[in-house]
Amino acid sequence: MHSLGIDVLLKGTNMLRLLKGLWVSVEISLISVVISIVLGLVVGALMTSKNKLLKAFLRLYLETVRIMPQMVLLFIVYFGSTRVFGLNITAELSAIIVFVFWGTAEMGDLVRGSIKSIPKIQYDSAYALGMGKFQVYYYIIFPQTIRRLLPLSINLVTRMIKTTSLVMMIGIVEVLKVAQQIIEANRRSSPNAAFGVFAVVFLLYFIVCWPITRLATSLEKRWE
Amino acid sequence: MDVEVIKTYLPLYNEAILLTVRLGWFGILAAFGIGLLGSVIQYFRIPVLRKIAAVYIEVFRNTPLLVQLFFIYFALPKIGIKISAESCGILGLGLIGGAYMTETLRSGLESIDKIQHESALSLGMTKRQVFFYIILPQAFSVSIPGIVANLIFLLKETSVFSTISLMDLMFTSKDLIGMYAKTIECLFLLVIYYLIMLLPVSVLGTIIERRARYAQFGD
Amino acid sequence: MSELVKVEHLHKEFGKNVVLKDINLSVEKGEVVVIIGPSGCGKSTFLRCLNGLEGIEGGIVYVDGLPVEPESKDIYKIRQKIGMVFQYYELFPHKTVIENIILSPMKVQKRNRDDAVREAIELLDKVGLADKKDYYPRQLSGGQKQRVAIVRALIMHPDVLLFDEVTAALDPEMVHEVLQTMLELAKNGSTMIIVTHEMAFAKAVADRIVFFDQGDIVEETTDVKGFFEEPSTERAKKFLKTFAYE
Repeated sequence: MHSLGIDVLLKGTNMLRLLKGLWVSVEISLISVVISIVLGLVVGALMTSKNKLLKAFLRLYLETVRIMPQMVLLFIVYFGSTRVFGLNITAELSAIIVFVFWGTAEMGDLVRGSIKSIPKIQYDSAYALGMGKFQVYYYIIFPQTIRRLLPLSINLVTRMIKTTSLVMMIGIVEVLKVAQQIIEANRRSSPNAAFGVFAVVFLLYFIVCWPITRLATSLEKRWE
Repeated sequence: MDVEVIKTYLPLYNEAILLTVRLGWFGILAAFGIGLLGSVIQYFRIPVLRKIAAVYIEVFRNTPLLVQLFFIYFALPKIGIKISAESCGILGLGLIGGAYMTETLRSGLESIDKIQHESALSLGMTKRQVFFYIILPQAFSVSIPGIVANLIFLLKETSVFSTISLMDLMFTSKDLIGMYAKTIECLFLLVIYYLIMLLPVSVLGTIIERRARYAQFGD
Repeated sequence: MSELVKVEHLHKEFGKNVVLKDINLSVEKGEVVVIIGPSGCGKSTFLRCLNGLEGIEGGIVYVDGLPVEPESKDIYKIRQKIGMVFQYYELFPHKTVIENIILSPMKVQKRNRDDAVREAIELLDKVGLADKKDYYPRQLSGGQKQRVAIVRALIMHPDVLLFDEVTAALDPEMVHEVLQTMLELAKNGSTMIIVTHEMAFAKAVADRIVFFDQGDIVEETTDVKGFFEEPSTERAKKFLKTFAYE
């Protein structure tokens, strides 16, 4: 009976390598999320504009992002950019471009939804109290918007992290790729290592995403 | 872009999309079944099963499908559970989709006011009758937007099937790009085929959603 | 003496909060009992105990001689003897008016569809809504919805009808049409237990007034006119005074 692979992970720096691989995914997600949130705030505000042309354009952008699998977008940017523009974009940069493109649209829609969810009467009653435009937004609208927005954007972080697992498809050495390498290197001594190693990868993703999801849920409940 | 190249590739892409649609269909069906079962368990707070369902939902909603597939396809055979790549794709999609569907349907069920349940009880209906005639149909129509979103999400997720060597659209594209370097043609076909698959679902979904929202039950 | 509803030493609490304490009440066949009292006095909860929508912590409720126990198998049979109409109508929004009405005769009493539809239309006609039979609830006004809800309860041929503040959610001009329907029912000898804040209506329809306060029956009398002119307890006096501005 061969072992199921946990020992393989304890050998040498294997576990450390795996964690480093996980960090690659998390790092790409965090960079993408930060940029997406900033851009998303702008795009979201633009989405509430009354300009029909702008609205239609942003709508098209959002729907495109919604309908295309992230993997297809990754392929287009990574493989397509070289061919069409002759650019040589690294896989990491391609990934960040795609996730920002995607994240900005999603974040923008969340921002739009949160702004729209504040009933008009809230503005009216604030104006009726004699507040100026800045005061209305600063004291009344933003605090309410943030409460709706924050849990939803935290959820976007976990979606990002989960989606970054796809970057192995464009050759980035992240946790799954490292896992494969480790399994491959120990094929002879531990032929069943795939079980333990992939189980640990499964668990690692869960350990990263679950607390973030819980945080979002508890914030949502508290502010309901 | 070379039209001749596209013509030669078309049959390969046709086959690929058929595979995706077939696996996607069964996967979504499974997801729906699991979702219905899971939401009923949660709604009726069935002891033990309820805890199991909760753990299942947390695990599958907080891990990527890609990792789940790797586990099912590469890890499980090592402890004697061998599943074909196709079944693996269906199973993976069904499991992750089931977790999302459970959540969607459960919140739909919970959104129905408790007093609807009581008014049906006061007419002499049994709990089962109340659930199937009164609560479930209403919950279902409340859940339509969520269900549509899940459908699109799941169809998109099928793009990871290529990683367990299923010859889907991604696999075919990557393969052809690697072999013949006809990148632009392949990417063009890839986008077109995903649009063919997803656009109708998205458009139809939007129409149904509008109906459900603006004309809920009547005129 | 034919007691249709008999409540003995009913005790009800939500956690530590005692809502009803030692309630005793009997309602005879054909009698119209009106329950009044300030908000939160437990009168709505009391109604819900009568058909087992709420469990009780002590005492017993009999309907037509059978004990009402929410967890027993007979509860579904007992509930068929008790029609209930709710404050917010609680029609089923996914079913048309006629479907709302015939659902339980068909599924619970296993009557055939034609028979149920025929009676439903007859009853709808009586409340002036036969032409609305294929409408969905959301297309009706509050008063119309409430009359449909009454028909939905009536078609089960209940022995007793419970009304839980059925006009409280209605616009004033619609209150009348619903109360008119209820007066008709009372005239035709239906047994009714009514929780309401409509004092004029209570005076007109009641055979007996029961005044609840803080989970207790404070005053109970068949001298309806006398009660509204000069109640015998201080608490009832105080309560009636709050309506004096009307």
